[in-house]
Formats: sequence, C-alpha cells, structure tokens
Amino acid sequence: MRRKEKLIEAVMICCSFVTVLTTAGIILILTVETVKFFSEVSFIDFVTDTQWTPLFTEKHFGILPLLSGTLLTTTIAILFAVPLGLIIAVYLNEYASPLFTAFVKPVLEVLAAIPTVVYGFFALQFVTPLLQKIIPDLNGFNALSPGLVMGVMIIPYITSLSEDSLRAVPRSLREASYGMGATKFQTAFRVMVPAASSGIIVSVILAVSRALGETMIVAIAAGQEPKLTFNPKESVETITTYIVQVSMGDVPQDSLEFKTIFAAGLSLFVFTFILNNLSFWIRSRFQNKYT
Amino acid sequence: MKSYSYTRAKLTDKVFKYIALSFTVFALGVLVVLLIDIFSKGIARINWDFFRNLPSRHAEKSGIMTALAGMLSLLFFTVIIALPIGILAGIYLQEYGKKNRLAKFIEINISNLAGVPSVIYGILGLTLFVRILKLGNSLIAGALTLSLLILPIIIVATREAIRAVPDSLREASYGVGATKWQTTSKVVFPFALGGILTGIILAVSRAIGETAPLLVIGALVYVPFIPEGPKDQFTTLPIQIFNWTSRPQAAFIVNAAAGIIVLLLITFLLNGLAIYTRNKWYKKIRY
Repeated sequence: MRRKEKLIEAVMICCSFVTVLTTAGIILILTVETVKFFSEVSFIDFVTDTQWTPLFTEKHFGILPLLSGTLLTTTIAILFAVPLGLIIAVYLNEYASPLFTAFVKPVLEVLAAIPTVVYGFFALQFVTPLLQKIIPDLNGFNALSPGLVMGVMIIPYITSLSEDSLRAVPRSLREASYGMGATKFQTAFRVMVPAASSGIIVSVILAVSRALGETMIVAIAAGQEPKLTFNPKESVETITTYIVQVSMGDVPQDSLEFKTIFAAGLSLFVFTFILNNLSFWIRSRFQNKYT
Repeated sequence: MKSYSYTRAKLTDKVFKYIALSFTVFALGVLVVLLIDIFSKGIARINWDFFRNLPSRHAEKSGIMTALAGMLSLLFFTVIIALPIGILAGIYLQEYGKKNRLAKFIEINISNLAGVPSVIYGILGLTLFVRILKLGNSLIAGALTLSLLILPIIIVATREAIRAVPDSLREASYGVGATKWQTTSKVVFPFALGGILTGIILAVSRAIGETAPLLVIGALVYVPFIPEGPKDQFTTLPIQIFNWTSRPQAAFIVNAAAGIIVLLLITFLLNGLAIYTRNKWYKKIRY
C-alpha cells in the first residue's frame, strides 16, 4: 500500500517535470544552435548590420531589419489595443450595468478564441483594402493592417485582466471617492485605475509579449521582406515570419542559412522571457495589496 | 452654488461615458464585421463536395477532406499524449506539492511556458522530434509538439479545478481511513472533473487553431491523401487556409473563406461547450 502510494507520487513528479524539460529543451536547442551560428557569423555584424539576406547569394546577417519589423507591428498593436482595452475595462467596471458587462465580456473573449490564421485573412482581404481607400499609397503588404488586427486580437486580454484587477479594488475606496463628491470619471481615473495599476501593467506586458510572438497575422498580411524601416505603410518581416518562411522553404537543414532561425528564435525568446518574468514578478509582489 | 469646475467635471464624465461606450461597441462591431466579411466571401463554396474533395490545382474542385482528417488525427494523438501528463502534473502541483520549493519552481516555469510564442515550440519540435528522434514531418511529431504547447493550459485548468474542491471532503475521506491517493483519485478528482474538462476543451480549441508550429515542423501544405498512421505526413485545416490565402487567384480566396467558416464553427462550438460544462460544474460545486 505504502509502496504504491510512493510510486504514484513519483509518476506525478515525472509528469510535472515534463514542463521543466520543455523549458530546458527550448533554451538548450536555441543556445547550442545559436553558438554554432556565431562561430560562422560575427556577433557584431548580427547586431549592427542593417541588412538581413541569408537566403541571397550576397549574405548579410543583421537582425535589425527583423527586429524593426517586429517592434513596428507590435507598437501599432499596442498603441491601438491598450487605450481601447483599458477604456472598455473602465467602462464595464464603472459605468455599464452588470447585465451589459455580463454580455460584453464573454463576447469580447470570442475575439481571443479566433484562430490567428483567420485574423491574417481578415487583415489581408478586408482591412488592407479598406485602409487603401483612406491611404492611397499604402502597400498591399504593410505593417499597419496586421498591426491593427493584432491589436483587435489582444483587446480582450487587456480588457479582461484590467477589469478583473479593477474589480478587486475594495468598495470602500470607490465609496470614499463618491463621498467626496467625485464624478465617476474622477473616481475611475484618480482612484480605481491607480489602485489597480499593477494588474493593468501586467495585462499590458502580457499583451506586448503576445504581440511579439504572433506569427500568422504578420506572415499573411505584412509581406515577407526584411526591411529596416519604421514606416507602417511599407511591407516588413518579423522574426516569427522569418522562422516560418525558412522552415517552409527548401533550405538544407545543416546549412548556415538554416541556423539563422535559431539565432532569430533566441532573440525572440529572450524578449518574451524577460517580459513574462517581469509580469510574474509584479503579480506575485503586488497581488495581495488589498487583502 | 455649483462651481464652474463642478459642471466641467460633470461634462467630462458624460463625454467620457459616450466615448467609452462607442469604443466598446466598436470592438464588438469588429467581430461582427469580421464574421459578415468571411461569411459573405465563403458561404457560396460550402457544399457537400467541399468537405469530400481532395486539394486540387483547380479552386472549384478543391476540398478540405484531407485537412479535416489530418486535423482530427492530430488532435486525437495530441489529447492522448497531453491529457494524462497534464492532469497528473496538475494534481501533483495542487494536491501534493502545494508548498514545497520544487512546486514553486515548476509553477514559475509553467507560467513562463504559457508565454512562449508558439513558433518557438515549432523550433523545439523540429529539432527534438523531427530531427533528433527522427520522426520526420509526421503526425506523431506534430502531436508531440502540440502536446507540449497545450500542457501548461491543461495543468493550470486542473489546478484551478482542484483548488475549488472543499477541504471538508478531503477530511471526511481521511477520516474513514483512506490514503492520500485514494482520496485524490476517488474524492477530489471526480469532484473537480467538470472544471478539468472545461480546461481540456479550451486546450483542444487552442490546438485546433495553431498553424505556425506545425508549419515550422514541416507539415505539408499539399497532402492528397488521408493519413492512416502516426508516421504519415499530414496537413490541417488552418494550414490549408493559410495556403489558399497566400495564392493570388480570387477563386482560392473564396476557398480560404469557406475553410475559415468551417474552422470558426468548430472553434465556437468547442468554446460554447466549454462554457456549458463550466456552468454545469459551477452549479454542482455550489450545492
């Protein structure tokens, strides 16, 4: 009996360790292949060269164009989604009737459940043609349209998490504000939002991390041209898109060209890893502020 | 006397209220526009042949049979692999190792994994399963990759469901002399099952929509046969949609939209099912 109990516990520990092995595997694979990559390409070139052309005859290995593409689409998504998501959260929490909130929140969460390949199609086939009517010189593949659509995708993350943390603010704070004669607007932005700020910041960090790693929307609608530009009207390529492009092509798997996806992947992983840990730290540090 | 600043504050309040309402309506409106756009583009292609036909160079003769079959087989293997591991890990972390350091470390690790971009899982799958374990770009390599991807979701859902089980039940079980595992498997687990099920359905819905990691491990965009075993090559519906979307001919765009309608119906059905199980379970645990 006792032995059976111990055995079962050991099996469960092994299952839990699969997740640790996954992380270890990701870090190990990315690092080992990246080290091999840097034995052939200088690190200085990697971070300073302004061209990324591993698949051409004249090869350049500068990550900056991929980085600028990634940052550009992410920035557009965040600039669009954060104000919108946060204002919707404040509205649902402070103004809307409970019935309205109960209807809107799950419907908004549908936006988060839609597969990203669908958003990619929507960006390319609907949003880009629509934007071209307003901005005539907009490229058929551009950073703006997938950026905005990515923003739509992350609105529910921001609204949901922010609304949860607004809801966790004790009633007494809100009532004290009303008691002083403050309007709902003043209560929301001078009392509630500051009180819920750690949760709101976490929601924004997670949204940034999500946007950085998003692949299909940009792969479909942003074009696949690595360009060092911050012009949202032009086509760009993100780190994620490049990884997909190379692994779908017929690049030999032992070549230097192929190793580039590990160096690119590691760059992406480092960014999201830092952001995820930052959000975890903020959450565990401030979550019990009012309890 | 009402001061100037008071009326202004009132006005700001009113203006903000309507702006915020319009933002909310806008976000909901985008969803409506997306659905209308896709349905109007694709509904004409939805017919029996579309489900029955193989992919083809001719858009009108193209169908999603191999993509649907590939997707179902892929999900089957993914669930078989990820389910036992995820549930056992979740039970361990919540019920056994609640306070020890190892569990804390694993918890941080899982929250990290949940934030790793899916394309990175693709790189892991490509190196580990396709190349090192020499599984090739097969169904089983895809299923293993997706399993690792949805494992954090299943673990977190299992933990939350188990957390909702009242302590009185455990104590009653111990009181009649049951061991820890007996209590866990016969009392805690059945009680938490509804919550765990909800998490599993959501994880499956997530796996269905995944495209990038499968493209990275080498799932093919053109597969004219139905996979018959775990070592066969495969394609899935999102990959088929991606392939049709990237073609210049308008007829393929119609196919892509039709494929999306099918994909969305499956996704919404699963999410509805998840909400249904969750509500049913909530009612049960609040008896």
